[in-house]
Amino acid sequence: MADLALPETPAKTQTWRQGDLIFRWLSRGCAFLVPALIGGIFLALLIYSLPAIKKFGVGFLVSPEWNPVAQEFGAASSIFGTVVSTLIAMLLAVPLSLAIAFFLVELAPPAVSRVVSTLIELLAAIPSIIFGMWGLFVFAPFLQAHVQPWLASTLGFLPLFQGPPMGIGIMSAGTILAFMILPFICAIARDVFLLVPRTIRESAFGMGATTWEVMYKVMIPYGLVGLIGAVFLGLGRALGETMAITFVIGNSHRISASLFAAGNSIASTLANEFAEATEPMYVSSLIALGLVLFLITYLVQILAQFLLRRLYRSWSAGL
Amino acid sequence: MKPRPPTGRRIVNGVVSGLAAASALLGLLALAWIFLGVLSRGVGALNVDFFTRLPNPPGIPGGGVANAIIGTLAMTGLATLLAVPLGMMAGVFLSEFGQKSRLADHSRFAANVLMGMPSIIIGVFVYAILVLPRGKFSGYAGALSLGIIMLPVVARTAEDMLRLLPNTLREAGLALGAPTWKVTLTILFRAAKPGLLTGILLAVARVSGETAPLLFTALNSPYWESSLAGPTPNLTVTIFNFAMSPYPDWQQMAWGASLLITCGVLTLNLTARFFLGEKHS
Repeated sequence: MADLALPETPAKTQTWRQGDLIFRWLSRGCAFLVPALIGGIFLALLIYSLPAIKKFGVGFLVSPEWNPVAQEFGAASSIFGTVVSTLIAMLLAVPLSLAIAFFLVELAPPAVSRVVSTLIELLAAIPSIIFGMWGLFVFAPFLQAHVQPWLASTLGFLPLFQGPPMGIGIMSAGTILAFMILPFICAIARDVFLLVPRTIRESAFGMGATTWEVMYKVMIPYGLVGLIGAVFLGLGRALGETMAITFVIGNSHRISASLFAAGNSIASTLANEFAEATEPMYVSSLIALGLVLFLITYLVQILAQFLLRRLYRSWSAGL
Repeated sequence: MKPRPPTGRRIVNGVVSGLAAASALLGLLALAWIFLGVLSRGVGALNVDFFTRLPNPPGIPGGGVANAIIGTLAMTGLATLLAVPLGMMAGVFLSEFGQKSRLADHSRFAANVLMGMPSIIIGVFVYAILVLPRGKFSGYAGALSLGIIMLPVVARTAEDMLRLLPNTLREAGLALGAPTWKVTLTILFRAAKPGLLTGILLAVARVSGETAPLLFTALNSPYWESSLAGPTPNLTVTIFNFAMSPYPDWQQMAWGASLLITCGVLTLNLTARFFLGEKHS
């Protein structure tokens, strides 16, 4: 496997070596292509967003203005929507996916665990646009009819749950996001739990701990770094999720305290407006939005990978 | 005598276990709700016309999305042709040559980042480098964005699958006097075939439902397109446009297309799992 440099070989193997040389450099070039792509994406986004950056400066990030007619652009409403919908998704998905991982590793019989694992992973395979269709035509009306009126009547004194329940809005976007990132967090959390050495778990059981006590006093502390990594990976997914959000978030450039209200996210703004943007400043502002999203997800990814290093190593060895 | 755990702790354990099982049930329920929702609404739209005709203007019932099906297949195919050789070769470097080199570290890291990168960013990138300079949307741009999304998936699975092969296989080939490239392409690739196929299938499954990177690269088109040089019809953007339209006919068509995509993606996924399962058993 390792370096296949051979000792001095007879002369007739000259072409033989040349073939290998070419092969090695080809493969090296392809391996180089991947980081080069990341760099290329960053550069392209940066260059094309320069006009917007020059015109609006840092104010771009904090201005809530988004007016294509007046050529005034600010990212605040998109960033706000992205952050709030992601926050809802994380609040719902993290406990749920940890609970499911707990169920899969400790509670379910092996056969059940295998089937449930596969089904949960299939949830991750469903394309974003299908979640969008389902969200728009099935889930948002369900929220509107059954969940939001109840929230408004019980917790309506909070600014979070005021205004007419429309179904479509930040709340449904966040909830659907939760379902979309749940399988990712769940799969990694399960792998993290499975990495805990048997002896450690069994000695805890031997001390008389209950299944739950083993989970939260032994397994979770042991795998904490990996679990945080899993959360970050889910976070990265949630921040950049596009189509499902675009269908249900309502697409309005307004910042509202109520979760029932329509909003937008960086990705949904791009999805909705990019193809129609013709003015150079409009396009440049949209690409600047893309740059913001790129930088945020890149940062989250670096953190996730740093935290999951141990796990990645074991994956490569035993996939 | 074995002392029993105090009741309080047992109750907590029972409650938490119950909640965990309920969470799993909720996850399965969501899957079933989505799948059955798409199935029940989409199945009515599927008929011969759906697969053979062009979309009708709103208000005229009937019509199909044949052009979009072909467009999606063509772009996915081209993306596969682009990403598979490049990704495989990158995987070869990571597993056979580079391993612990700096380039391999960077490449692996970048592949993981690229896999987690929002697909709409890839769309913006391709728009900036291909659509904007050429001044028009094209199927090639769509295929390129899909290819970029596939590349890291293919590369990482190829690496993992090649790594699983025993070193004796490489040594046996080399001992016969075969050069490394021949050993890799004819012995290792053959031995790792199920795994490599799994990687390709998963990558195809991943992009065949992608919408965001096509929105402003391939755009969409209601006509038959004979080449990928201009706006190219595709299923996912068609779903988006039709679903957002106020016309029930079109929305119905969007459900049909959703069902088609969902079944396609799930089939690819299950097939990939089957390949992988067969290898491991």
